[in-house]
Amino acid sequence: MTTTEYTKPLPRPAEPELTEPFWEGTKRGELLIPRCSFCDEFFWYPREACPRCLQPGWEWTAVSGHARLHTYTVVYQPAHPVFNDDVPYAFAVIQLDEGVRMMSNIVQCPVEDLEINMPLEVVFDSVTDDWTLVKFKPA
Amino acid sequence: MSIRGKAAIVGFYETPTRKEFPDRTTYGLMAEVARGAIIDSGLRKEDIDGLIGPESLNSIELAEALGMQPRFTSSMTVHGASGAASIATAAEAISAGIVNYVLCIFGESRPRSSSRLTSQAQAGPQLPPPSRTTEWEVPYGPVIAMNGWYGLMKQRHMFEYGTTQEQFAKAVVDQRFNAANNPNAVWYDQPVTIDDVLNSRFTNDPLHLLESVMPCSGAHAVIVTSAERAKALPNPPVYVLGVGGPATHHDIIYTDDDMTTTPVVDSAPVALQMAEVNIRDIQLAQFYDCYTILEMSCLEDAGIVPKGEIGPFYESTDTTYNGEFPINTDGGQIGAGQSGGTGGGFRHIVEATRQIMGRGDERQVEEADLCLVNG
Repeated sequence: MTTTEYTKPLPRPAEPELTEPFWEGTKRGELLIPRCSFCDEFFWYPREACPRCLQPGWEWTAVSGHARLHTYTVVYQPAHPVFNDDVPYAFAVIQLDEGVRMMSNIVQCPVEDLEINMPLEVVFDSVTDDWTLVKFKPA
Repeated sequence: MSIRGKAAIVGFYETPTRKEFPDRTTYGLMAEVARGAIIDSGLRKEDIDGLIGPESLNSIELAEALGMQPRFTSSMTVHGASGAASIATAAEAISAGIVNYVLCIFGESRPRSSSRLTSQAQAGPQLPPPSRTTEWEVPYGPVIAMNGWYGLMKQRHMFEYGTTQEQFAKAVVDQRFNAANNPNAVWYDQPVTIDDVLNSRFTNDPLHLLESVMPCSGAHAVIVTSAERAKALPNPPVYVLGVGGPATHHDIIYTDDDMTTTPVVDSAPVALQMAEVNIRDIQLAQFYDCYTILEMSCLEDAGIVPKGEIGPFYESTDTTYNGEFPINTDGGQIGAGQSGGTGGGFRHIVEATRQIMGRGDERQVEEADLCLVNG
């Protein structure tokens, strides 16, 4: 195991208490998505009230981790220079089979092989002891 | 009650748009264009009783700096749409009888690039406050500026509709032609070819550098008044016939059901219906163009062409000021530059006014009475 320090930006939640279960879930290898108890729909990103119902009752619900590549862009000029060593890499919109879309990276796939709608599956990337990021690889 | 035709733009003024004005302050540029617009309108400063400015300046501080005592002020907070939204707000306030003469003013003198770098180096890395972005997007390495979001949108448009890189490049070529003949444009006298665009580097594939705006310094202002008062003033009035403006989200386009459809699909029909104008009657368009893909998707959503057909449209249509359907006749932001303080989105209002007043000089479009502006 390498002990190289992870220098890229870690998630900085605006409402840490609200999203702590999500990040705890990723450490266990679980992908948890908010699902409204009133309208039954999944939504993303997490917020106190469901954006459809504006009601606060929702549950963290484990999902399959199966997804499709909705769209992507191959980055050559990152906003943050610590990503410069990684270019070109895919900054991508993922559509989970459960319907919601989120931002992520596609790993274990050369950028030339990326295709819109390609099937993907979740990968849990433990970048530090405290943080496990959600990424995707070709299924 | 509609506000159709109840208000009119009666004068305008703008500074050139440049990479920087090393010896000028934001308030200095704003004072210059305020004075210029008031004089152009045939008014006195004391006549101005309404002030609408950018979100980057508190509107009361702006009034104070300009030595004005307006009874109505507002700062527009819808980013690039702020300039166009200011005209809607001014027309609404005038129609309601709250104010008589509204100065709409946007711009900024950005710090010199050298001093920007120095102050950044001294301050060290600055972390923005925690947000949805810093939690869910930043860890995955976003692209500089807004290029990432529009690269994602462009990739999807190319996939769904087969839009080609050459078609996107043609939009840039036409606007740079317009800018090449606009002394106020940052790219004055510097036209480009399709190959120039295609050979410019990817900030992020599929988005080329030349399809993106350059942040600049500059300021722009117009005066809006009632149709009745406009008749007594020297310039031909530019009537505000219809406005429409939903705003649905800040930048989180990836959660949209359809990532290539913009809120213009809702705002344009509202504006056109109020104006009692058919989209086919529109003679020219000034459309917000931070990136080619946004402008082109908005043109589709306004109904200039059916959804998905903007690529072939650009390929077969001369959209310069000489062409059969002129778009962004001053070069738009891609050709003329994106003034800070959301001035970039206001240049479309200024150019629409210039064209309708018939003051476009060598860029004057022959038939320029009905212009559609999108912010």
